[in-house]
Amino acid sequence: MAMNPMEQFTVKPLVPLHIGGYDVSFTNQSLWMCVVVAATLGFLIYAGASRKLVPTRAQSMAELGYEFVAGMIQSAAGDAGMRFFPFVFTLFMFVLLSNFFGLLPGSFTITSQIAVTFALAAVVILTVILVGFMRHGIGFLMLFVPKAPWYLLLLLIPIEVVSFLTRPISLSVRLFANMLAGHTMLKVFASFVIALGATAVTSAPYWSALSIAPMFLIVAITALELLVAFLQAYVFAILTCIYISEALYLHDHH
Amino acid sequence: MDLASAKQIGAGLACVALVGAGIGIGNVFGSYLSGALRNPGAAASQTTNLLLGFALCEATGLFGLVIALIILFT
Repeated sequence: MAMNPMEQFTVKPLVPLHIGGYDVSFTNQSLWMCVVVAATLGFLIYAGASRKLVPTRAQSMAELGYEFVAGMIQSAAGDAGMRFFPFVFTLFMFVLLSNFFGLLPGSFTITSQIAVTFALAAVVILTVILVGFMRHGIGFLMLFVPKAPWYLLLLLIPIEVVSFLTRPISLSVRLFANMLAGHTMLKVFASFVIALGATAVTSAPYWSALSIAPMFLIVAITALELLVAFLQAYVFAILTCIYISEALYLHDHH
Repeated sequence: MDLASAKQIGAGLACVALVGAGIGIGNVFGSYLSGALRNPGAAASQTTNLLLGFALCEATGLFGLVIALIILFT
């Protein structure tokens, strides 16, 4: 049985729709985006509906998420960064839930599409640039000028500019490649189970019992993928905080 | 050598990026552990930096993987 581990990443149109020469079909991608947004909204509204002093289980889960992100922004960007709490919290919840929902068997991983992660990263970088210019005016360009002797600046300024310009790329490719690699690995190991199990009907029936071994491996890798799913959402959010803090304080804050 | 086999070899070569990522991730966790065992009191405050270093490091290896995929699927 030949299986393609990359097949899970194909975007399939569910409701074909063409407007003015553009393909705006409702795809499995859009469907799972709706599922993720609905799940996040539903959970937070449910958890916040009855605010009690002694929190219920759902409420303390929501509070845990809130305090986690709030603490992250506070430590990375200080008090002025707390204005961006809604933005970072939205990003974090969306990426986290997308990663988690992607682990459900048969689901579609939204964050394994470079278009999605790059759109998120572009929003982050545009926010950083806007905030920087609104706060410091043209002085925001001092971000590219570290404190150093002038002859080192000749070397450092191009490096700083390039490192700033590659941020949206590294931010998006990190998330996308992690999800892509993890899910491909899961499917490759899953195909081992089927290939070994298939020997039951062909050449060597006794060997098919061995297919239990990659099965256990998949369980372990799924646990690892849960960790990676959380870690990547965390890294995405904390890097957003760090970029925002740079735009807010330039080089002064540490 | 035809193009198809050159692509396969190129994709394999792109995976050499994982060597660097492996060394880097080992370095991140190794340095964290040796630092944390010397000064356990300061260990908890550095987990953010640990995870950040891990993620930045891992990403470099994955860039290699992406290049391999680009070579294979274009």
